[in-house]
Amino acid sequence: MNKKSKQVVIPQSWNEADKQLTSEAVFKQRRNILSLLGLTAVSTSLPGAVQAGIFDLFDDEKVPVVANLNTSINTQFNGKDVLTPLAKVTTHNNFYEFGTAKTDPSENAKNFNGDPWTLTVSGLVDKPITLGYDDLYKIFALEQRNYRLRCVEAWSMVIPWDGFSLATLLSYVGVNNKAKYVAFETRYDPEIFPGQKNKLLGGGIHYPYVEGLTIEEAMNPLTFMAVGLYGNKLLGQNGAPIRLVVPWKYGFKSIKSIAHIRLVDKQPPTSWNQLAPHEYGFYANVNPQVDHPRWSQASERRIGPGGLFSTKRIPTQMFNGYGEWVADLYQNIDLTRNF
Amino acid sequence: MRLSAKQFKWVKYLLHIGAVIPMLWLLACLLLGTLGGDPVQYIIHFNGEVAVILLILTMLISPIATRFKLGQLVQLRKTLGLYCYLYATLHILSYFGLDLLFDTQLFINELLKRPYIYVGATAYLILSVLAITSINRIKRRIGRYWQKIHNWIYAVMLLVPLHYIWSEKTVSIAAIIYSLLLLMLLVERSNKLHKFVALRRMQL
Repeated sequence: MNKKSKQVVIPQSWNEADKQLTSEAVFKQRRNILSLLGLTAVSTSLPGAVQAGIFDLFDDEKVPVVANLNTSINTQFNGKDVLTPLAKVTTHNNFYEFGTAKTDPSENAKNFNGDPWTLTVSGLVDKPITLGYDDLYKIFALEQRNYRLRCVEAWSMVIPWDGFSLATLLSYVGVNNKAKYVAFETRYDPEIFPGQKNKLLGGGIHYPYVEGLTIEEAMNPLTFMAVGLYGNKLLGQNGAPIRLVVPWKYGFKSIKSIAHIRLVDKQPPTSWNQLAPHEYGFYANVNPQVDHPRWSQASERRIGPGGLFSTKRIPTQMFNGYGEWVADLYQNIDLTRNF
Repeated sequence: MRLSAKQFKWVKYLLHIGAVIPMLWLLACLLLGTLGGDPVQYIIHFNGEVAVILLILTMLISPIATRFKLGQLVQLRKTLGLYCYLYATLHILSYFGLDLLFDTQLFINELLKRPYIYVGATAYLILSVLAITSINRIKRRIGRYWQKIHNWIYAVMLLVPLHYIWSEKTVSIAAIIYSLLLLMLLVERSNKLHKFVALRRMQL
């Protein structure tokens, strides 16, 4: 890969903070230069991915220069994995609430605004709470962790998430002894999520999207509640304002735009399992030995920096490489049957 | 009704232009980067979808020619069919090259293991035979067998929708529409189809 000086490009949709950093005069000056070059039309009307052109094989890393979250980097997760560029993380999404095509969420979430928001934590807890939009960023100290995200469709990314561990939240509310599972539910609002309104757009999933973890999985220090990525608040397509990230499970377990968390004593229903139980199990642990009925899970296409032909196919690791953290959770479970 | 030679030439030109546009469009989108962070899946599906549409159009020609007494149109069937084959080839190449990244072992394993893939591969194999036997010299040489061989397109019309629907995580409206259209076109040919099936039975 070439090591040219890193050009910093902030996708215009990312945040408003870039404009605060650039004085208005300089900002206008730049626009004038761009318009002189006849570039404004192009640079303002096309999405961020444009700047990371597909045939741009020597594509420079585009990282936002301004982070709007007060987050500290957890070096424990700074592995050797190369991060997936921001432009790709924000334009290649599975979020059927915004449409089934990978580019639908970034297009349909353009006007998404997570404020106001309420997240309730209830059920078998000592102290049920309701968090508002601002609370999500303030209630706990935020940290950044680089996690591998392995999609059940056999592609993967590496993403620096900002947030806090679910265990922190659960300890805050106090988990009752009777609680055996944690049930999650995406916000149900067809006015915000067109896929919930229109069955054809939403891919036939029964909404609201629901997910679940065992209490042991939920309390595992890896299990993360993300409110941002790359140091910035999440965009709609990535599950704003708050989502789950369970790095040793297939991506569909990491439910987005959560409105409700309930501590329960029975295994809760989960959306993809309801839709096709022979294809998607409750556990959905990343497992190269157990194929999806319609494709192999032995390897994955890692989406990294660079163009179309710089992608690599790499072997998939058991528990997505997080076995030392989680393998003991499944010692007495047949993972072939409980996929 | 009959088109003049000049008019017919224009129809042919339009057909070529129409068939090449999807490819150019895809290329333009790739160069502009409008297909999102990882366009691989899109490229595969796009080529597959264009191939299905071209298959439908190919099979629409003879009913239209009959209905509107436009016998000339039948001359276009070969061109359309070959374009369908071209996009089917791109569909498979993009899967093998961009998704599997030329992992031949994985390609073969998946081909043998996954029903929706071998159903699609069977359709492609049939299309390959049809494409080869559409070369004029070969066509002349095989004489009356040509029609028998080309009747296998009916099998393709069943295998393709099966492959399409089976490959999807959730069934899409597009898959349903294409499948219905192909089924309608098959029903439209039920007479010929009867003979085709009866013939197979006799041979067995």
